[in-house]
Amino acid sequence: MKRYQKLMMSLLLSSALAGCSMFGDEESTTSGINGTNDITDTSGGANTTGMSDESDFTGHPLDNPASPLATKVIYFAFDSSVVEPQYEAVLAAHGAYLASNAGVSIFVEGHADERGTREYNVALSERRAKTVQNLLSLQGASSNQTEVVALGEEKPVALGHDEASWHLNRRVELIYPAH
Amino acid sequence: MQRYIKVGLLISALLSFSAMAEALKIEITQGVSSAQPIAIIPFSTTEVVDGLPVDIAQVVSDDLARSGRFKPLSRIDMLNKPSTAEQVNFRNWQALGQDNLVVGKVMADASGKLLVQFQLFDVYKGEQITGFSIPASRSNLRGVAHRISDLIYEKLTGQKGAFSTRMAYVTSMLGSNGKTEYKIQVADADGYGAKTIVSSTEPMMSPAWSPRGDKISYVSYEARRSSIYTQTLKTGQREKLRSFKGINGAPSWSPDGAQLALTLSKDGSADIYIYNVITRSFRRLTRSYAIDTEPDWSPDGRQIIFTSDRGGKPQIYRISVNGGQAARVTFEGSYNARASYSPDGKFITMVQRVKGQYRIATLELKTGFTTILTNGQLDESPSYAPNGSMILYSTNDGLKSILAAVSSDGKVRQKLRLRGGDVREPAWSPFKTK
Repeated sequence: MKRYQKLMMSLLLSSALAGCSMFGDEESTTSGINGTNDITDTSGGANTTGMSDESDFTGHPLDNPASPLATKVIYFAFDSSVVEPQYEAVLAAHGAYLASNAGVSIFVEGHADERGTREYNVALSERRAKTVQNLLSLQGASSNQTEVVALGEEKPVALGHDEASWHLNRRVELIYPAH
Repeated sequence: MQRYIKVGLLISALLSFSAMAEALKIEITQGVSSAQPIAIIPFSTTEVVDGLPVDIAQVVSDDLARSGRFKPLSRIDMLNKPSTAEQVNFRNWQALGQDNLVVGKVMADASGKLLVQFQLFDVYKGEQITGFSIPASRSNLRGVAHRISDLIYEKLTGQKGAFSTRMAYVTSMLGSNGKTEYKIQVADADGYGAKTIVSSTEPMMSPAWSPRGDKISYVSYEARRSSIYTQTLKTGQREKLRSFKGINGAPSWSPDGAQLALTLSKDGSADIYIYNVITRSFRRLTRSYAIDTEPDWSPDGRQIIFTSDRGGKPQIYRISVNGGQAARVTFEGSYNARASYSPDGKFITMVQRVKGQYRIATLELKTGFTTILTNGQLDESPSYAPNGSMILYSTNDGLKSILAAVSSDGKVRQKLRLRGGDVREPAWSPFKTK
């Protein structure tokens, strides 16, 4: 509820702020509608495994650091949309979670590194996200629970022009907007 | 009264300062020795019009220098500063090695309206080549100066000048609130007068001019998913195209302004579609399991080139706007993408990967001959000037992305620096239509 209020506030604020300088009487300075900041609990590249049922963790299962569900970012090799073996357990867990929580839906957000042209990278990042979406479906997630958004190189998490940054940017993020 | 004048002066000084602050700083990084020497004398003013906000001769001089075709004489080297034909001693200018000379003045008529007069001379013949009187106002003096540059350029090169055109581009900058702000801006071709036409904390990309230069289409993620908008520059009003699940991207206007080519992935992988602006209907143009994107129309409106990885790696293909079989256009290199036609339709410019570096290249369609024009690592988004003389693109400068321009023969290169943030995806406007 609180989150909802916050979102409403930011929506109101952004509509209040809308309208700035343009050529004439312009229309809108649009602002991020869906407040993506609600959903950036990305746990870097840490791949935690080991699913002990006797975990003392009492929070939401998606936040349990001992569960593969805690990993919500999957990284890719250069020019590749192949999911590497170490992420199979992660996607299996998310797929199973979605299958058993039919009311939950997520964004599968594809990203690319900065090399290459921008719209082509959008399409490449969609290919990555679709690979992930297919793997989630194999675990029983229904198609209306996952929506692919392809962002190409437009939202990098690392800003360097080197392999270290590029690696972090070639990713698919699983975003639970309601969580 | 005295006080008012002072205040007025202060305000105009502030205005011109802020105009300076937002300007792109242009630095010619590679010149050409064959540039024509030309002397552009500071324009004289009558007492009534003193304190003009724009140094017209300087704007003209900068325009011509940027084209790479001219080498304007520095003011320090000018022996005197004539403003009429009678005051010109051609022998002096011959001695300074000048081919051409421009003199001019700004006057006011009885009602206070400005009149800008200039004459272009052939120094060796001692003859006037052309001369004009242009009505002006204090607020449009830069526009008048660019018009003068166009007239001089066309007279001396035989090619239409593109100094009165504009460019659109995307900026992104991390705000103090930790959010990145994305903007689409439009500025004069020399970087002045930048205005934000739309901004968001979600990505904005792919600005594309309508053929009349009155609208810009672009891609926005403001609603989390991608959508294409078409915005009228004068009013700022915009229309959202019907959007679909998946990619809504890469808009490109047909030369007659009746259609947009764009990329959708609603039917599977990214494919090219044609959107009819009047009926608002979509027609699928390409059908492949591969990525097809980045469409651009041939100037005659009959062909579309696009990027496709149907052969494994991204290459440029060409297809009739009526559909049918696509033919591969690029064969050199393992990565060719985001092609666009030169205004005469004889060349395309594109991004080519060369030993892991992304460079701007041109390809002559008749011969298939490819020329690499730039030497950066991550050069992208090439866009031809409407007269075909230059190509705007984006390049990396340290950690930042900046705009740069290269003459279409690769001989002249320059960097355009905008303060703060990353600047990318330049799109050169068409010629102004009245």
